[in-house]
Amino acid sequence: MANGKYPTSPHLQIYRLPLTALLSITHRITGVILAFGCVLLVWLLAAAADSAASYRVLFTHLDSWYGQIFLLGFVFSLYLHFCNGVRHLFWDVGYGFELETVDLTAKLTIAGAVILTIATWVVAGTG
Amino acid sequence: MTDFRTPLAKVKGLGSAKEGTTHFWRQRLTALLLIPLVLWIGFSLAALPVDHATLVGWVQQPWVSVALVLLVMVTFYHAQLGLQVVIEDYVSAHARRTVILLLSNLSCLLLGTIGVISVLKISIGA
Repeated sequence: MANGKYPTSPHLQIYRLPLTALLSITHRITGVILAFGCVLLVWLLAAAADSAASYRVLFTHLDSWYGQIFLLGFVFSLYLHFCNGVRHLFWDVGYGFELETVDLTAKLTIAGAVILTIATWVVAGTG
Repeated sequence: MTDFRTPLAKVKGLGSAKEGTTHFWRQRLTALLLIPLVLWIGFSLAALPVDHATLVGWVQQPWVSVALVLLVMVTFYHAQLGLQVVIEDYVSAHARRTVILLLSNLSCLLLGTIGVISVLKISIGA
């Protein structure tokens, strides 16, 4: 039992992923989600190119409750992948490897994704 | 430690897969291009009124058409590179991996082409 006298982690079954590890696998998952979600971008362009009627069909779907949930998930995935991608680019040029920095940028990534998602919805609401 | 690589191989820097850092590098370059493009498309579409005529008029602006074609091409190139890594990591059976990779690459190519043609069609008002 945990009594504070000896380490209890890492343990194979009870090991909490550090935030950075969680973001790492999330980056892959959101990447795959986005690849599939980008069908929507093509659908939007193709529908707009086809006719006002085709566009209206797509818009009716997007404006419904399930469409809005899908859009919210897609946009949040997009910005999470976006922010974490920028974090990766900094790593690629050799910055931000200190543990405290890694932890801070992980939190910034999540905060950034939330803020960008809210900002997008605010712009859409006022536009 | 004994290094079995020839001087020529070292200079070429292509490694055993004969590709060097090409895949890695293109993934990063497309990522870099997508930074402005994603912010632009996200907030532009959010700000745009939702009717068909407005969207078409917006797409028809020359620089918007250019940016949209860029966005579609770079997005699906980036997606293709990323999906390839994921498939190579998680699908180990050779035949299955090859088929899934082909399907993935073809899908990205097809979707990218449809996207580009759609933008062009709107752009020239055909």
